[in-house]
Amino acid sequence: MSVLSMKNIKKSFGEKHVLKDISLEVNKGEVVSIIGPSGGGKSTLLRCATLLGTVDDGIISYNDSDVTYYNEKGVLCYQKNLNRFRKTFGLVFQNFNLFPHYNVLKNITDAPINVLKRDKKEVLEEAKALLKKMGLEGNEEMYPCDLSGGMQQRVSIVRALAMKPDILFFDEPTSALDPELTGEVLKVIKQLADEKMTMVIVTHEMSFAKAVSDRIIFMDKGLIVEEGTPQELFDNTKHERTKQFLKNYGNI
Amino acid sequence: MDLLTIIIKMSEGLTKTCAIFFLTLIFALPLGIVIALLRMSKIKVISKITQFIVSVLRGTPLMLQLLAVTYGPYYLFGFSVSRDKLIPVVVAFAVNYSAYFSEIYRSGIESIPRGQYEAATILGYSKFQTFIKIILPQVFRRILPSITNEIVTLVKDTSIAFTVSYQEMFTIGKQIANSQTSFTPFLVAGVFYYLFNAIVAFVMGKVEKSMNYYKI
Ligand SMILES: Nc1ncnc2c1ncn2[C@@H]1O[C@H](COP(=O)(O)OP(=O)(O)OP(=O)(O)O)[C@@H](O)[C@H]1O
Ligand SMILES: [Mg+2]
Repeated sequence: MSVLSMKNIKKSFGEKHVLKDISLEVNKGEVVSIIGPSGGGKSTLLRCATLLGTVDDGIISYNDSDVTYYNEKGVLCYQKNLNRFRKTFGLVFQNFNLFPHYNVLKNITDAPINVLKRDKKEVLEEAKALLKKMGLEGNEEMYPCDLSGGMQQRVSIVRALAMKPDILFFDEPTSALDPELTGEVLKVIKQLADEKMTMVIVTHEMSFAKAVSDRIIFMDKGLIVEEGTPQELFDNTKHERTKQFLKNYGNI
Repeated sequence: MDLLTIIIKMSEGLTKTCAIFFLTLIFALPLGIVIALLRMSKIKVISKITQFIVSVLRGTPLMLQLLAVTYGPYYLFGFSVSRDKLIPVVVAFAVNYSAYFSEIYRSGIESIPRGQYEAATILGYSKFQTFIKIILPQVFRRILPSITNEIVTLVKDTSIAFTVSYQEMFTIGKQIANSQTSFTPFLVAGVFYYLFNAIVAFVMGKVEKSMNYYKI
């Protein structure tokens, strides 16, 4: 069963076709990385998948239940209650987007308590356990502004995990970080991959993508040019465009 | 009339000065948020109408608005002018100040990065929860200095109530000044306003400090 399925997704901004017929399935426990040049539509794809943006055409479904459908007139519609679907995924942003007025613990626990209406004590315990696992123990009372970028991003990963999503999306989780801080974030994502967390990761960290992914998608100009296992994509590259792109990253 | 008598007489009006001050804030601070949201409405007509009303409220003297609210009903509908003018005074002040507050709120709301809304949406917060829990606290933090400015102005503006002879501190002072041909009541009024604003500055300083636990 696929956790996420996107079929024939199209999306334009005015005249600009940013996504031209993208189809993508992610199965439970799978880690899929999306790579590709700037402006290729990677972020747009994630925004559509996470319902921050709307698609013009195509079917999105989570756990085999459709988010978009065609009505009797053949017009694409979104289901009424989107929050039902929002429970199934999480998104980690490039620039964290932690809530600056909440401390670390409240950033993580507020939504499970006030959105999912879960038991407060249980949520707090889980949050503390997650923080410990991510090497953030003892920072519960800190405010985001007092943390390094790497720590903020790890907190935002914990915030997403605390919602117990079926699938977690990452949009360039390390691009806003100083190079010496990317390692600590990549390490926790690797750890999640080892635990069979279902993830879709947009990244420019090629060796990381190779190490962590079950499947890699190369996207350019709104199309999936090539996809396959890391070995297929990096070591047996088929398409000229992919080769060209990977050349810029040297030996992976 | 000696100085002490003048001070005592004018102090009696301070309750009413404070009534205008606090009631205006109690009504105008929330009303300003509502107006800001209407002004930012995606429905063009609503936002345009709100924009026009706000521009009138900000572009005409408070004194005129006060006269209009107090005596307008009499001229327009023949209603008798109520003897206690607290209600028209507070209505005029609250509406006028809410227009100023609304513009401050609007700039504050617009300064919150879009990522905050997106993070909240992804986590499943409703629009209302997002605004109340995530956006508004950050807005307050950012706009507090501008709000303090308006509050300082409000303290001084309470004296405008003399135009409708509402018996607040300044109105009483002016009456004493006229009957005694003395300037002293105005000096006393000046000291009162200065002290009032010293308290405002102190309190708002404390509030600002209490919000400074995080950087923006
Ligand atoms: N809201 C928008 N309005 C108009 N054009 C947009 C909008 N968002 C994205 N675009 C355009 O869509 C194209 C794809 O952008 P997108 O951000 O998805 O690319 P990307 O693959 O994520 O690139 P990067 O690697 O730089 O993050 C770009 O040309 C961009 O200018
Ligand atoms: Mg992007």
